Amino acid sequence: MQVTKRMLLASIAGFAIAAAGPALAQKKYDPGASDTEIKIGNTNPYSGPASAYGLIGKTIDAYFKKVNAEGGINGRKVNFISYDDGYSPPKAVEQVRKLVESDEVLLVFQPLGTPSNTAIQKYMNSKKVPQLFVATGATKWGDPKNFPWTMGWQPTYQAEGQIYAKYIMKNHPNAKIGILYQNDDYGKDYVKGLKDGLGEKAKTMIVSELPYEPADPTVDSQIVSLKGSGADVFFNVTTPKFAAQAIKKAHEIGWKPVHLLNNVSNSVGSVLKPAGFEASKDVLSTGYLKDPTDPTWNDDAGKKEWLAFMDKYFPDGDKTSSFTVYGYTVAQTLAQALKQAGDNLTRENVMKQAASLKGLKLPMLLPGIEINTSATDFYPIEQMQMQKFTGERWELFGEVISGGGGGS
Amino acid sequence: MLQRSTETREVPVATIAGVAMPAWRLIMLGAGLVVLAAIPFVLKNFYIFQITLAIIYAIAILGLNLLTGFNGQFSLGHSAFYAIGAYTAAIMMENLGISYVWTIPVAAIVCFVFGFLFGLPALRLEGIYLALATFALAIAIPQVLKSSVLEHWTGGVQGIVIIKPDAPFGLPLSSDQWLYVFSVLVAIVMYVCATNLVASRTGRAMIAIRDHPVAASAMGINVSLYKSLTFGVSALYTGVAGALGAIAISFVAPDSFTFVLAVALFVGLVVGGVASIPGTLVGGLFVLFVPNIAESVSKGLAGAVYGVILLVVIYLMPTGAAGLVRLGISKLVKRR
Repeated sequence: MQVTKRMLLASIAGFAIAAAGPALAQKKYDPGASDTEIKIGNTNPYSGPASAYGLIGKTIDAYFKKVNAEGGINGRKVNFISYDDGYSPPKAVEQVRKLVESDEVLLVFQPLGTPSNTAIQKYMNSKKVPQLFVATGATKWGDPKNFPWTMGWQPTYQAEGQIYAKYIMKNHPNAKIGILYQNDDYGKDYVKGLKDGLGEKAKTMIVSELPYEPADPTVDSQIVSLKGSGADVFFNVTTPKFAAQAIKKAHEIGWKPVHLLNNVSNSVGSVLKPAGFEASKDVLSTGYLKDPTDPTWNDDAGKKEWLAFMDKYFPDGDKTSSFTVYGYTVAQTLAQALKQAGDNLTRENVMKQAASLKGLKLPMLLPGIEINTSATDFYPIEQMQMQKFTGERWELFGEVISGGGGGS
Repeated sequence: MLQRSTETREVPVATIAGVAMPAWRLIMLGAGLVVLAAIPFVLKNFYIFQITLAIIYAIAILGLNLLTGFNGQFSLGHSAFYAIGAYTAAIMMENLGISYVWTIPVAAIVCFVFGFLFGLPALRLEGIYLALATFALAIAIPQVLKSSVLEHWTGGVQGIVIIKPDAPFGLPLSSDQWLYVFSVLVAIVMYVCATNLVASRTGRAMIAIRDHPVAASAMGINVSLYKSLTFGVSALYTGVAGALGAIAISFVAPDSFTFVLAVALFVGLVVGGVASIPGTLVGGLFVLFVPNIAESVSKGLAGAVYGVILLVVIYLMPTGAAGLVRLGISKLVKRR
């Protein structure tokens, strides 16, 4: 009897160890993760000149409320800690350090703005804390060799430039291209993308390339000389105010080129309307998210899903703003990466999973656009679709075009 | 405390709890230094970093206070001098490879020259008109830093990333601890100089100009020279703070030095107490920590909460923290 009892106990103990063993080996945590919680840090400009972007942070917060209400990610609640940086790089450094050193978050997600992200990039990489899916279109966020802890999300300016190049090569192979661009990294990124896309032909196709300074009052004289250069394709790389001026001026002087307007300025309300719908007709641009004001999507399952989320978790949020669509979609991307990470919630594994997104389709991405990343590809969204302004709204046309990684 | 007759007014040295005022001052100073010395060994790196920033802001506010508090000139443009100091440090360290230690005196000289030159034409302006002229400076600086002419040096909108210095001589300190020590040492030098300046003949001239420019002029004070010099010295202080700030943050970009910073310095000045040197420390702490407190109360209404806190502070301390302390001391002394 005694023997059997001992054997029984031993076998129970053995079984318990065997059962616990793999579970213990699987569950791995870095600061900010536990059996019940995942802490995610974020900075957004809730105050100051760029506070309109704060809507993105609020949407992400609402999305994680939804995730938590539905049971969390692999049973863990998301604790989303978001601080105001007022679009000021020193404040961003302070707040991010607070997130990492005081709140001890697992990762920092979607810090917004190129200057703020530049300010924290070295710190994040030296601390080996993920700086994940940053909210800027600069090309430098996809550089896994030098900054393995930093990853972008939206299509880069260079990728978009390449998409326009592909469009030109296909539809206007003998085009004479005139470029107007803002004289900073944003403008130059676009021009580089276009030139890379055109390849050898860039030298012969581009007839004029004019910069403007953000401090300039107007771009009228540039438009006049672009017309004078004989260009029949106009690549308009400008921020909203200048984009409206350029469209208006081109219309006034009777210049009717194929007008390619960068995604940065394709807002109907703040660019095309002030420029005049008559003048804006037939302007071309690109998109990658479903425009919530576009009636095309009224019966779309993805948009319905998004509307249901907005109604339930963010009723005060602006349903006509692309920022709420953006926040919703980027938060879903992170949720997917964390889901893939399973019980191995180390910073290294989160980074690894973020770099192993394959064919991820999300409800508010345009049909056909997928998120793909790999150990060498830190550019999650690289596809866009061309769209044309009908005089009232944007209308998508053609296929989804891939821009390819910009950093190469 | 024993009640005594009112003749204590006749006692030459005011006392609190039986200790003379000058001795109190030394005690407080000593206690302050002990706290400052203890901070790097007690707090976590992140908090050390925050206090370093607060001290840096305090130096900048001290610069503004020399101008506004002691000389009666208004400035809403000190973010510009802060920026110039910061960029001087960043360009020297990253483009020229010069040690961070040397950036402090160079930033001081560069900013003094800028401040002095800006002060010359600005002299013709009084009060709010001067405030407006300096405001223009604050608005212009971020744009100037972005301009393509200077881009080779300033890095344009991208700014300049600086490598954070480590502790020298193999001291067993983290870089945050070392930067704290370095900033405190610089701050002590700056505060001692400011105290001596204000107590000197020059300081009395500055104050005389503030109180009554015509009388000051009649006394033989060269009003325009002193005003320009004060502007220069004020810019020097703020520039040194900017250089330290650039090193501590290890990044400069035009968006770091907007008009918001100029207003923050002005708020710190008023909260700490106009024409008070120790008050600037309170101002520095306020500028750094109160926005965070406001945000922790309510994220959506952080700006409103900050405004309410500011109103309450101004209502309770209409003459700033320094005024409150002075009031407290006078009450304690009277009770004696």
